[in-house]
Amino acid sequence: MSRYLLRRLLIAVPSLLGISLVLYTVLALAPGDPFGELATNPNVPPEVAAALRTKFGLDDPVWLRYLHWLVAMLHGDWGFSFVSRVDVDQLIWQRLPVTLFVIGASQVLALSIALPVGVISATRPYSVFDQIANTLAFIGFSLPTFFTGILFILVFSITLHWLPFVFRADLAESGWRWYWEEFRQAAMPVAVLGLFQGASWTRYVRSAVLDVIRLDYVTTARAKGISEFAVVTKHVVRNALIPVVTLVALQMPAVFGGAIVTEQIFRIPGIGALLISSILANDTPVVMAVTFVFACLVILFNLIADVLYGWLDPRIAYR
Amino acid sequence: MFFMAGLTLASPTAEPPPLGSAGRALYVSPARETWWRFRRHRLAVLGLAILILMMLAVALGPLVWRVPINDIDFNAQLSGPTWAHPLGTDDLGQDVLARMLYGGRISLAVGLAAMLVAVVVGTIVGALAGMSRGAIDTALMWLTDLFLSLPQLPLLLLLIYLFRDPLKQLVGPELGVFLLIVVVIGGFRWMQVARLVRAQFLSLREKEFVEAARALGATKWRQVVRHILPNSLGPVIVAGTVDVAAAIIAESTLSFLGLGFPPDIPTWGRILYDAKDYLDIAPHWALVAGAAIFLAVLSINFVGDGLRDALDPRKVM
Repeated sequence: MSRYLLRRLLIAVPSLLGISLVLYTVLALAPGDPFGELATNPNVPPEVAAALRTKFGLDDPVWLRYLHWLVAMLHGDWGFSFVSRVDVDQLIWQRLPVTLFVIGASQVLALSIALPVGVISATRPYSVFDQIANTLAFIGFSLPTFFTGILFILVFSITLHWLPFVFRADLAESGWRWYWEEFRQAAMPVAVLGLFQGASWTRYVRSAVLDVIRLDYVTTARAKGISEFAVVTKHVVRNALIPVVTLVALQMPAVFGGAIVTEQIFRIPGIGALLISSILANDTPVVMAVTFVFACLVILFNLIADVLYGWLDPRIAYR
Repeated sequence: MFFMAGLTLASPTAEPPPLGSAGRALYVSPARETWWRFRRHRLAVLGLAILILMMLAVALGPLVWRVPINDIDFNAQLSGPTWAHPLGTDDLGQDVLARMLYGGRISLAVGLAAMLVAVVVGTIVGALAGMSRGAIDTALMWLTDLFLSLPQLPLLLLLIYLFRDPLKQLVGPELGVFLLIVVVIGGFRWMQVARLVRAQFLSLREKEFVEAARALGATKWRQVVRHILPNSLGPVIVAGTVDVAAAIIAESTLSFLGLGFPPDIPTWGRILYDAKDYLDIAPHWALVAGAAIFLAVLSINFVGDGLRDALDPRKVM
């Protein structure tokens, strides 16, 4: 198992390098100068600006700058935010837990919708349940997250006054109250993301289970007298999940995209909101670092998908 | 029939050919047959009808509804639907219907244009990878996988943030932002098409009819353009349809985050972005824009689903 993991990790390294290269190329190709503001600011004397430029190596050739940047990133030196005057890594560490919490909770919600609904739909194809579930799934992933978010706010916050629509990282309550308040404020963002993901996963699960459920080994399992529930959960679902895991891993970038939007709607202080505010404030080091963190998260989830493969399909693992 | 669907390898023409007046079987063109098969998916037909209506509305609507999109009227701020303003007005008293019609042109145009970019790039990459064995194939597929694991929305935002102003100066604000958004959205959506095309090419290039063409001395170019490509288009059309929906969502997302089109160009996403701060007093404003995006995306997705059924020769109808 550990060798398998190690190999997967080694495969992830070129991807990360590739992504960092793409990121850096974009930045290098971009017109304008990250220190442009310093150069035009009359309060900064030209010799100071020039000294800063040499210090940060801005006049070096591109590949050399890339190497410097990469080495600095690897050393954990992620730069300094122009706007909030804090180290970038500190800023990100502050914001990351909220994002991971919202994404994680929404994925759990999505999975707990998609698995049962998809499996039931596939075991009774074209039944009334299947058709309703299918139509709802279509509606679910055709509703953009920003619109669902606004609808939820309109219904649950403005009309019904049930849930708060601004997410606060510093809740004053303690004990059980705290958990209750946390649940109340996280309910809408998690539901928005989770329902969207759940809708598209339901379709994946359904078609994957449909592919498997007519295979001969399932008939054999039934013929052996195993209960239908055990046939479905132990024989069908486990095999059907293999393609689903691939598709889910492929969807990870979209999940993070959805998270950025949700954070923006509900004003969740996560790294997605940080990205938007830094883009609007021209805070290049933060923008670069957050994009890179998102890339790392995507790679990490691909890695988790690979590990899940190994668990789902013993033929793949431990090679 | 449904129980057998997984086991049966049905012939592509499961439907009996229609009989002419003399009782002879008529020749049925592939397009015609696709339409027959498509027609059986009722929601897809409904989606197509809604889509055509929407396109007609945004194309011809501004000619009929001649209220200017930037006619500021402080007497009618944030009013609900009235006869003078069927969809109400926004915070500056501008007519929402006129803005929706104008914005729909841009939203739908961005969707279609970005889809074209994605399909063209994807087909070229997929065809190159599928026809060339060895290093080029490996490299192109590595590139495809790399693009698939890029965090797309952050990169979209980054690209637009970095390149918006220079392009604006180069070709003007509207065209500049339009080109940028189309190219960037299309540039992040070609991977699925590339994979599909490559998979099709890998199997088709070994088929007998391609071998026959090769034996007759057809050049590689002719093999691809005349024989392989037309036969691999089915999944590409489906993927392209779904890409239109995804591109519309992407453009709306960008505008919704305030990083898409500038405020004076009211795309649907931009209208929603402007409306979201007035949810409590003027919910109609946000609902109209959101519903338009939702309806367009839902219709396109249904059409894609119908096309998937219609273009899959193994599917028994």
